[in-house]
Amino acid sequence: MRFGVVVFPGSNCDYDCYYVLSRVMQIDTVWLWHEDRDLRGCDCVVLPGGFSYGDYLRTGAIARFSPIMASIRKFVQEGGFVLGICNGFQILLESGLLPGALLPNRDGHFVCRYTYLKVENTDTPFTRLFSPGEVIRIPIAHHQGNFFMPFAELEELKKNRQIVFRYCGPHGEEDERFNPNGSLENVAGIASSDFRVLGMMPHPERASEAILGSQDGKKLFLSLITWLKENQGGRN
Amino acid sequence: MKYCGKIIVVLKEGVFDPQGVTICNALHTLGYGEVVGVKTGKFFEVMVEVESLELARKRIQEMCDQLLANPVIERYSFEVEVGK
Amino acid sequence: MEEIERISEELGLRKEEYQKVVEILGRVPTPTEIAMFSVEWSEHCGYPHSRRWFELFPRQGHFPALFGEDAGGIIYDDLAIIFKMESHNHPSQIEPKQGAATGIGGVIRDILGSGARPIACFDSLRFGPLEDRNSRYVFRGVVEGIAFYGNCVGVPTVGGELYFHPAFRGNCLVNVMCVGVAEKGKLAQAVARGEGNIVLYVGNKTGRDGIGGCSILASQEFADGEEKRPSVQIGDPFTEKCLIEATLEALATGFVVGVKDMGAAGLTCSASEMAAAGKSGVELDLDRVPLREEGMEAWEIMMSESQERMLLCVARGREEEIRKIFKKWGLEAEIVGKVTGSGRVTIIHRGEVVADIPANELTAPPVYTPPRKRPTYLDEVNSLSLQSLPLPTDYENVVLTMLSSPNLCSRRWVYEQYDHMVQTNTVVLPGKGASVLRVKGKKWGIAVTTDCNPVYCYLDPYRGAQMAVAEAALNLSACGARPAGITDCLNFGNPEKPDRYWQFVEAVKGIADASRFFGLPIVSGNVSFYNENPRGTIYPVPTIGMVGIIEDVEQAVDGVFKEEGHIVVLLGKVREELGGSEYLRVIHNLEAGPLPSFSLNEEKALQELLIELISGGFVVSASDVSEGGLLFTLLEACLAGECPLGVMVNVEPWNSLRMDAVLFGEGRGRVLLSLREENYSKVAVMAQEKGVPFAVLGRVGGRDFLIRNGREVLVALPVLDLKERWESVLS
Repeated sequence: MRFGVVVFPGSNCDYDCYYVLSRVMQIDTVWLWHEDRDLRGCDCVVLPGGFSYGDYLRTGAIARFSPIMASIRKFVQEGGFVLGICNGFQILLESGLLPGALLPNRDGHFVCRYTYLKVENTDTPFTRLFSPGEVIRIPIAHHQGNFFMPFAELEELKKNRQIVFRYCGPHGEEDERFNPNGSLENVAGIASSDFRVLGMMPHPERASEAILGSQDGKKLFLSLITWLKENQGGRN
Repeated sequence: MKYCGKIIVVLKEGVFDPQGVTICNALHTLGYGEVVGVKTGKFFEVMVEVESLELARKRIQEMCDQLLANPVIERYSFEVEVGK
Repeated sequence: MEEIERISEELGLRKEEYQKVVEILGRVPTPTEIAMFSVEWSEHCGYPHSRRWFELFPRQGHFPALFGEDAGGIIYDDLAIIFKMESHNHPSQIEPKQGAATGIGGVIRDILGSGARPIACFDSLRFGPLEDRNSRYVFRGVVEGIAFYGNCVGVPTVGGELYFHPAFRGNCLVNVMCVGVAEKGKLAQAVARGEGNIVLYVGNKTGRDGIGGCSILASQEFADGEEKRPSVQIGDPFTEKCLIEATLEALATGFVVGVKDMGAAGLTCSASEMAAAGKSGVELDLDRVPLREEGMEAWEIMMSESQERMLLCVARGREEEIRKIFKKWGLEAEIVGKVTGSGRVTIIHRGEVVADIPANELTAPPVYTPPRKRPTYLDEVNSLSLQSLPLPTDYENVVLTMLSSPNLCSRRWVYEQYDHMVQTNTVVLPGKGASVLRVKGKKWGIAVTTDCNPVYCYLDPYRGAQMAVAEAALNLSACGARPAGITDCLNFGNPEKPDRYWQFVEAVKGIADASRFFGLPIVSGNVSFYNENPRGTIYPVPTIGMVGIIEDVEQAVDGVFKEEGHIVVLLGKVREELGGSEYLRVIHNLEAGPLPSFSLNEEKALQELLIELISGGFVVSASDVSEGGLLFTLLEACLAGECPLGVMVNVEPWNSLRMDAVLFGEGRGRVLLSLREENYSKVAVMAQEKGVPFAVLGRVGGRDFLIRNGREVLVALPVLDLKERWESVLS
């Protein structure tokens, strides 16, 4: 089993993801350079957080044209797993690999803090080890994480159970008080309809070690790793 | 009367525009070799309700000076149209 | 001849300095040469007014220390921890967002230039009153700039200070500190050596931005209404991030002989200082420098302060390999010259030699020791008599009023705008005391703090500076770290005015004496003079940035109460003192000394005790008593956690003293602890052995912040309400 972490110019959570996968999870992990086309046999590709191309123009707007994104598009068509975290999520949206868009935060500021998330769908390879409705604690750090999509599409998304994480309070309260960025219906992370592409604003790699104050993110990585183990890489 | 001020704010000559440079490079990568420069800026539409076009112009210029542009690094231009 | 003297004067060189330049060169200098001398000998680069005093600073301590060109550090285990603080006051006052942003960029490159990976930034910020419109604009712009640059560049901003006071109206202070880590055998030097080696220019292109920034902006006072040239630099954090990665990759090849940031004074500073440090010469061909604008003159290229640029000295024959790395990261990488044996900095432009200066002389600016005189205000402000001061009748009112002081309220609105977690090393998050960082793969960790109280330094620069050092050291010990080294950022007024210069020298002596006593080397620093506007000078602010080592990072504690039932204890003596306190300032509108009593010996004993207590795992939280006194230290311990906790405290043991002094006095040498019941006697015994006074204050618990004097309730306020007020002052 192999994971790959993509490095765009301006990625800054690339090493954090690499560290968690290779050292904490002890998984074979390789770097994937944005100008490469070879995904080196990865079972899951991680698009890390950061400011690819400085977030200039629009977040993720320039990165989506990288050569590696063409390969990732193909990889997704073949049933490969992709996890986009923060800027990685923004790139997935710009690429059309996930639906919707991320607007600037409601308060107009960057916000870095721990948030509580409710796991809305535990029937995905990324979330299978969580219990239904489980409240987890994972930090966010972004200035453009305000999820938006037209009403009809949102209904479709809900119907397909593609909303995977919602911001909530420490006891699971899903109301505006616990919405850190103005996201539509507190959406924090969504998946593709086959649940093989997951995009989320919170940073699971920042919550994967006890010393950092939370290990809830580790469970996400572990979910996918156990799924891949049980399904021998899992390609269709 | 209602008027609409359309304001464009750009960086002054000689002030470094990293966004413009990065976008220019990206356009080159995408094959637009003919691009020799990109400048970024901000666009505003400000709706005002005042007695005359002249006054609308004056007020919008004041807004630009005071808030919309940072005179240290930016310059601006604007047009005022009769609004709906 | 007259023309060149006029240029010289315009660029800020004094008449006698011009004469010295003529002497050095043995001829009339060229405009380019004048430009180069003006920046290299400016206050900002050459430290002519301050340099001689640094001889007072200790260079040795508990851990081996390192001293580089731009940054220094300490060695622990097999790593070097490099740190440096820099000011960006004037640029931030003129253009808050970009000024603060480029300040961060500059100090990050200083750390990068030593071969270390930058792992954390800290900002010590001071502004005019929050209710003042312009000060608010500057404050918000600076925070925005730090977020804009720091978040993108991927170095977490994990701590710092924020302070508002009329003394900083029209002249804010933005002091930025960066910490980096490198393998101790792999540090880089800022040298150019080896005749024939290549001088490589990397990073962004050169434009006309920031020309004369350091000689003019940073070396003169502000005059009201004067239009400053738009010499503001624009920060490009995206390029800086790529520059960090590319530079570290290039250094790892082993073919980079030397490297230096092109920051203040740009190409002039990096070329001449690298040549001088390498005891060699450098020849540069300016026609090969990547330019952003057409028609730039040689002097403009040499003075430009365009950001995100570095100068490298590369082993001959390896230049293409190194260039390839920078190109891969999308950066400029041009060969602009070579190392010579001439000992001179030779500049060629359009085929002609436009400057030819001996590197040693260029980098040896004159030293000035102007007259200094004790300011007359000192006697007047140091004559506080407590007898004439009325005691509060309603302590709750006092607490609520002080809670709204932007100097005592929560900083959450600020630090949540900064990515303080990227790189996943932040163990103690902002707002809970000193910052603690782990080092991946190591058991030990790093603790960092910045400290300085401007009012203390105004009332008594010598003791104020000593107290800044002591407070920083106590902050670190209170999370379990052993203080290891200091970087300082000395912010003062015009050194040519005797009272300002006296403040400066006194503060330097204070820092030197305290740090020598504690065994702390001063490894790097920065001086910012001319912080004045027509209304007067700023208060003296010798900001102390301190780094400590915590042996077992898992043992680190913060200052926040954790659980109901824990015992609350005060270490150190309570005295009847109010000098210099925020209480006097906010409640009585008084800024008066004398400063509270202060003993280096007591501080040292307390530091040692804390390190022992925390490494033994005997305490749950610890925080030093500072601004706002005992009461606000308690309040922060209650409110700074995710869910606030109440406390029940009885101050009866001190009821023979003035109660406002007990609650709000800022006497040093005190620490608030919370601990589990079972460790109580152990802690009491250990405190006694070290001769540190020990007193039980009460217990954590309840919904109220409850302070009693015997049976009399002084303060009883619900913590949920307090937290909301405390966190909403800045937003």
